[in-house]
Amino acid sequence: MMGMSRIVKTITSITFPLIMIYGLYIIAHGHLTPGGGFQGGAVVASGCAMVLVAYGSVWTMGKIKEKNLSILESLGAIGFIGIAFFGLIFGLNYFFNNFLLNQSNLPIFNAIGVGLSNINTAGVIPLMNFAVGLKVIAGLFAIVLVMAYGTRLKGGKAE
Amino acid sequence: MSTRNILAAIFFAIVAIFLIYSLSSFSEIHEFGNPDQHITPEMDQYIINNTQNETGADNGVTAVVFDYRGFDTLGEATVLFTAVAGVILIFRRLKK
Repeated sequence: MMGMSRIVKTITSITFPLIMIYGLYIIAHGHLTPGGGFQGGAVVASGCAMVLVAYGSVWTMGKIKEKNLSILESLGAIGFIGIAFFGLIFGLNYFFNNFLLNQSNLPIFNAIGVGLSNINTAGVIPLMNFAVGLKVIAGLFAIVLVMAYGTRLKGGKAE
Repeated sequence: MSTRNILAAIFFAIVAIFLIYSLSSFSEIHEFGNPDQHITPEMDQYIINNTQNETGADNGVTAVVFDYRGFDTLGEATVLFTAVAGVILIFRRLKK
């Protein structure tokens, strides 16, 4: 699958950073506004898929390999489960313990979100949002990239 | 009729019985647009009242997904991980 026309590439270059900002905003504000790791990750992966369609799978595969995406996705999964296990180690002994909540000796983590601008609230929920967001971004983009790169052959020969 | 067919018939009979039994729960769902008609109002009201104090998150849905129901999110992430691993495994042959 080769790239599309110059018009499409230009429009993609303009709108791609905006989509990135919007998706990462949804991930970062997952505990305050509607959204979260899954939804923001889907938005970012959609932006990456737009780049894939506009520039072609061969060009995109030259920029990032799916092996690195697999590593990123595994890092997200390990981070998610690791935060859950940290709840088992610190604080009370149960899985998925929100151990960063109500820690008065850690001033960067407040107890209660009083407004939509207070990002440093909700304990481990933003960290889990980041982990799941990383996982969803890498996973969905790896699926789209591998499928597009696998079907680049037409009639047994590369285009 | 082989053993495999008999086992499949038994399995689908169990699934059918479960589905028919689960139809009885439709009569207990509250009407559309009538949130006061709850069967178990304690759960909803507890989450609405205590989410901000217990988790510190303004977004109640994220608080439920990542804190109260963390195990479900773990399963969800596992499903996504398995799907990605399967797709990459299948399309690996087509790379060359």
